[in-house]
Formats: sequence, structure tokens, C-alpha cells
Amino acid sequence: MKASAFDYARVESLEEVFALFAEYGDEARIIAGGQTLVPAMAMRVAAPALLIDISRLEALQGIARNGDRLRIGAFTRYVELQHSPLVAEAAPLLHRAIPLIAHEAIRSRGTFGGSLANADPASEMPACALALEAVMVIANAEGERRVAAADFFQGLYQTALEPGDVLVAVEIPVAQDGMQGVIEELVRRQGDYAMVGLAATGKAANGMLSGPRFVFFGVGDRPVLATKAAEALADGPISPEHIAEAQAALAQDFTPLGDIHCSPATKAHLARVLLGRVVSRLLEHR
Amino acid sequence: MAHALSMIVNGREVNAHVEARTLLVDFLRDHLGLTGTHVGCDTSQCGACVVQINGLSVKACTVLAMQADGADVTTIEGLAEGETLHPMQQAFQDHHGLQCGFCTPGMVMSALDIVRRHPDPSEAQIRDGLKGNFCRCTGYGSIVEAVQAGAKAMR
Repeated sequence: MKASAFDYARVESLEEVFALFAEYGDEARIIAGGQTLVPAMAMRVAAPALLIDISRLEALQGIARNGDRLRIGAFTRYVELQHSPLVAEAAPLLHRAIPLIAHEAIRSRGTFGGSLANADPASEMPACALALEAVMVIANAEGERRVAAADFFQGLYQTALEPGDVLVAVEIPVAQDGMQGVIEELVRRQGDYAMVGLAATGKAANGMLSGPRFVFFGVGDRPVLATKAAEALADGPISPEHIAEAQAALAQDFTPLGDIHCSPATKAHLARVLLGRVVSRLLEHR
Repeated sequence: MAHALSMIVNGREVNAHVEARTLLVDFLRDHLGLTGTHVGCDTSQCGACVVQINGLSVKACTVLAMQADGADVTTIEGLAEGETLHPMQQAFQDHHGLQCGFCTPGMVMSALDIVRRHPDPSEAQIRDGLKGNFCRCTGYGSIVEAVQAGAKAMR
């Protein structure tokens, strides 16, 4: 036994979750796929008194398109996202991001909502959510509310989720015609968290990019939208000079936080490299 | 507090009571005596503990036994038919896909997952599918050959 002792409840309704939160307060923790939480508990970094297993909560499942919105249940596992034709068509960025997450045997368990709620700044899903302008649907005993990705990620493992809240679903605007999604990351070993990564959306036509959104991950305490870099690419057909200007503009967008593997200067360099690659890929529609 | 647990393991129904903190890998090894599933890193890095839940590969060190309640679980012990090895196991033997053998159960279980997704896998698909399995003898070349041969034998 590695984890400290805890109680366990598998719920079948949101009301049950709210009742358990009312009883246990912040001593209760939701377990989705558990691919981060179970190792954290085994290392005793996390020690909740109660685990609430939401795997059989139907309200958190399913992928559906409602008009111009794609709604993805928070408990959707990566393997389901990867094989959903709806996701591939309506959110190509997400479809392309899934193979970068860990390994097949982890993608079979891990969930979209679990990654978002965990808000690891080096993971792919929060960056994709911000690039795609996703909206989080959050429920608690009082009712439901919606929080934009830009407001949801608030710091290192910090989100807009309050004690008693459940992330129910994520709504993503359906990609309009020609809207591309591209993701690149640099890792020490395949499947590891990124040293630096970049999730991007944009529409390419006649050598120009319209409405690009560049979201870097692994550079700070949350995913970072690089607006200055995008502005540098706004005028006219994109030339190598434009790309160089955008790469230089990244310095105004953020100063990376270093970690044990990478200094801030190394991360800044890698971010510039990734921006060049991603802009080329967006222009080439691949 | 003990929780009632029921699952199918290698085709046999299993009923037990476990503490909530029991990991699936510990349940398989300590409660059921199925010690073919190995514990390497215990933090989902190494892949020695890979088993199947409802036909999909998982890392059994990162799944609570209770999360597999009601599931159909297959371990390395569930592959052979009596004394006859599964074609993938046989391929590992024939192609020297193991040295010390510690990583082998997880390698074979991941190999079956690769074949499920790609019945005729390329070398790149095999290497991609084995990203989450470490061989500290570094015998990857032979392992890739074994998976290719095993996949062929299974077609």
C-alpha cells in the first residue's frame, strides 16, 4: 500500500457529488481517469479523505455537436477523443494533440476534463482549450455556470474551480471552413511533458494567416497566449522576415520560467523554434 | 473500509473485498497471485505492469482496483492456451525479444495493443506503440522484430 487510506464512492448523479462535497468539504476529491491523481496519491503528494469516482456519471460523458458548438463531456477519455470523427472535423487541433499525450496505455484511461481541472502548465489540453477559445461548463449545488478558458486557468494547478464544483463539459466553437489546428512540442523523451510546446489555430489563404492564436505551454504557470507574435504576422503575405519578427516579438509576450531541465533562455529559444515550425505548418495546411 | 469488488480476470469471475487504496497491480499480484504483471517504476513510466481492461491496455500501477470493478481484465497469464504459448509470446522467444525478462509481460501486452490497432504494423508504429515500455537491457531491436513476427503470426 502506497497511498494513505481513503474512502471511495462511485456516484451516478451530480446530486450525489454535491451531497458528498457538502459532507466532506475540501477533504473530498474527484477522480476521473486518475492518471495523475493515482501516482500523486501513491507518492502521498495528495491524500484526500474521500475519492469521488465520476466514471459512471452519464452527465459527464459524450461528444455532440450543437450548431456551431462542439460539446465534449468532461469524462471523455483521450482514446475516445482520438477516434471521434466529430472531433477530427470540428476541432482538428484537439485531434492532432492527443497522440502527444503520454502513451497509449495512459490515453486509454486519462480524460479531457481531468487534464483541464488539473491544469498542469506543461500539458497539452489546457493550451488547446485556450487556443480553441473553449468554455468550461461547471456545476455545483447552486446551479451551472460557464467560464472561458482565458479565465479558467489561473496559475500553477490553479483553476476557476471552487470547492464543491464539478467540471461537467467543455464547449468549443466548431472550426469554420479553412480553420486549421497545429501542435508541436519539444520533449526529452517521447510521451513526457513538454519542455516547451505550442498549440495554434489559424486560417491560411494566399500565403497569409488570419486570426492565428498561438498558445505556448511549459513556459509559465499556465498556458500563455502570444498576442504580440500574432500581431507581427498580421500584415500581408508571410515572409521569412515576418516570421523572424514574430519570433522576436515573443520576448514581449512572455519570459519563460526555467525548470530543472531548461533555463529561461533555452526555453525562449525553443519557443522561437516552435513558432517558426508551427507557422510553416499552418501555411502548408498540415 | 473494505469495498466489494467483482471482475473477470483471464476469463474467470473474481469476487473480493479490498481497501479503496489497493492498486489494480497489487490486487492482481497479492490477492490473486498473478505475479506475471510486474511493478517497475510504480508511477506509470516503465510499462512493466501493462494489462488490458475491456480490451484496452492500461498501466495497472496507476489504476485503483475499484476502478476496474465490473471490468474484464486480461493479464499475461491469460494469453497461453495450456502449454501452448500465444503467438506473440512465441515470437518473443523465437526472436530473442527478452534478455532479463522483467519488462517482457508489459512488452507483450503492449504488443497486443499495437496489433489490435495495426494488424500489420510498420516499424515506426511498433516503436511508437512501445513508447511507454522500457527495457533496461536495451534490447529494443529484437523486441521490435518479435512484435513484427508476432503480428504476422496472428494475422
